[in-house]
Amino acid sequence: MLEKALQGSRKYWTWIFFLLLIVGNGFINYLYQFKHGLGITGMSRDVSWGLYIGQFTFLVGVAASAVMLVIPHYLHDFKKFGKIVILGEFLAVAAVTMCVTFIFVDLGQPMRVLNVILHPTPNSILFWDAVVLNGYLGLNIVIGWMTLSADRKGIKPPAWVKPLIYVSIPWAFSIHTVTAFLYAGLPGRHFWLSAIMAARFLASAFAGGPALLIILSLIVRKLTKFDPGKEPIQAVGKIVTYAMIANVFLLGLEFFTAFYSQIPGEMNSFKYLYVGFEGHDKLVPLMWTSSILAIVSLPLLIVPSWRKKEGVLATACVALFISLWIDKGFGLVIGGFVPNPFEGVTEYWPTLREASIALGVWALGFLVLTLLYKIAITVREQTAGIEIEH
Amino acid sequence: MSMNRRQFLKIAGMSTVLGLGGVPVINLLKGDKSEASHVFVNEKALTAKRWGMAIDVSKFRTDDDYKKVIHACNSIHNIPDFGNSKDQIKWIWTDTYEHTFPTQPNEFIEESVKEKPFVLLCNHCENPPCVRVCPTKATFKRKDGIVMMDQHRCIGCRFCMAACPFGARSFNYKDPRLGLKPEDENTQYPTRTIGVVEKCTFCAERLSKGLIPACVEASQQIAKDAGTEAAMYFGDLDDPSSDVRKVLAGRYSIRRKPELGTGPSVFYIIGGDKNA
Repeated sequence: MLEKALQGSRKYWTWIFFLLLIVGNGFINYLYQFKHGLGITGMSRDVSWGLYIGQFTFLVGVAASAVMLVIPHYLHDFKKFGKIVILGEFLAVAAVTMCVTFIFVDLGQPMRVLNVILHPTPNSILFWDAVVLNGYLGLNIVIGWMTLSADRKGIKPPAWVKPLIYVSIPWAFSIHTVTAFLYAGLPGRHFWLSAIMAARFLASAFAGGPALLIILSLIVRKLTKFDPGKEPIQAVGKIVTYAMIANVFLLGLEFFTAFYSQIPGEMNSFKYLYVGFEGHDKLVPLMWTSSILAIVSLPLLIVPSWRKKEGVLATACVALFISLWIDKGFGLVIGGFVPNPFEGVTEYWPTLREASIALGVWALGFLVLTLLYKIAITVREQTAGIEIEH
Repeated sequence: MSMNRRQFLKIAGMSTVLGLGGVPVINLLKGDKSEASHVFVNEKALTAKRWGMAIDVSKFRTDDDYKKVIHACNSIHNIPDFGNSKDQIKWIWTDTYEHTFPTQPNEFIEESVKEKPFVLLCNHCENPPCVRVCPTKATFKRKDGIVMMDQHRCIGCRFCMAACPFGARSFNYKDPRLGLKPEDENTQYPTRTIGVVEKCTFCAERLSKGLIPACVEASQQIAKDAGTEAAMYFGDLDDPSSDVRKVLAGRYSIRRKPELGTGPSVFYIIGGDKNA
């Protein structure tokens, strides 16, 4: 099936080369970082994780969200998802690829990355994160590939794929729970030390990931002959709605605990992010942008007559996706480091090189996504061709 | 012997797996002790069950006292200086009471304590979160309580920096050799490489030669020169007759963020000075 990614229109190849250009730019900047160290980023002694780890965290959520299609389709026999479940699985593959790359570019000594395997350390959450992420990547490649090639031949996938699909469901939850545990178990980081961190991660993942999937489905419909269908998109829209409500609710719980208890450590990071702390407020405009976009997206999603209009749904999804991208891909990580362990403030902002590398990783993810979607869509177009031949 | 493609791949695959895992497996079967156990042990080496430190804040008299103590560490450990806080490497440094004990604010604390700089370094916790989170065991706790770093194993993920509630860890954002003047370099101690985390080691390399940590030695030298009592004490917290235990037994001391349960081994004696 791979050959299907090698035959495409002029538009397809322009897009591929455009992505390759951004990947290349990111790679050249990464080589510079490789030589001169992470000092070329905005990270510091006080804010020792930044854009890279933030994007990693956000994308684990996107990857996990594939399960929101797998559960209805395979556990509830919701057949309407049959056509688009592959889009979810391949999105997961692209997202995990980005996650692993973000971790890699964040390492100070990337050539030693295999030490994680050579010296396995079960008490480290990062070790488990590596295990579950790579496992999830493998599961989705195998499941996606086997079901798609079976579709192409018009036969059922081999029987051993079914158990893998069932395993992939708790596995999806595990990748984001373990990622939340990276943060939620650290003494002295009040902003992260919260029992509902994993629940928040899952809620935001199941809102943001499916929202991206809706946007992608609409793009696919516009650009190709494959139509994911109105009903499945509406069904995913409902999932996004419920998950976003849960996400905002859980964030509200954090605010309540912090500001009703009035414990300074609990409040300070929130203050820094939303109103500024001791005169430092670099992230305030960004966090309010995120909040406003979330507030705008909610009614558009909740009111059924609005949600049913695909244009409105798409707008809500874009707003929601950007909102969560800021909140989880940036604010969550930086907020944990400000104020620092001495209640002092060191602010963080990514450098141009750092942003170029991050953009390169995103482009790499979209390259993987484009190739996989091209394959899946070509197969879908061919299998559906008989019925809709003009 | 003829074989088809499938059989060939099977055999090739198996031999690759055996080849990769071969040497460690064979070594394991030999039952040899690891190489490290052959390392020469100095008979004069200082040993303890749990190394600890007490810092009597009131005994620091001048700014120069702090400078000497910090310089003693920086100079022998090749601590680079980039002239900015972003890339800074700190093993031992000073900060105010408010920043040292942010969970114990006291607006009416006596002026002398409020203004006084506090000496900060790695707490060598009994239950160190940095060790718990390290994915490669590059940071580990020794039997004598010292929380140690293996800078050759560290992958630079900086999870330990997020985990440390005391801000005791520094990352080499730049090549540390660029922040060192060649004439200042101590050739007896390794400089580090780019992209690894480092911190105070309670001068493990000096203990193994029978010497106390450089900062404590400097502090005791200052006291000797001035004819006063020393500000820093080092010893075995497990031994009631040790220097550190004796000074802690007679005076009121506190630790940084004890509520987090990490069990810091560095104690601060504040106020109530019998010579005050």
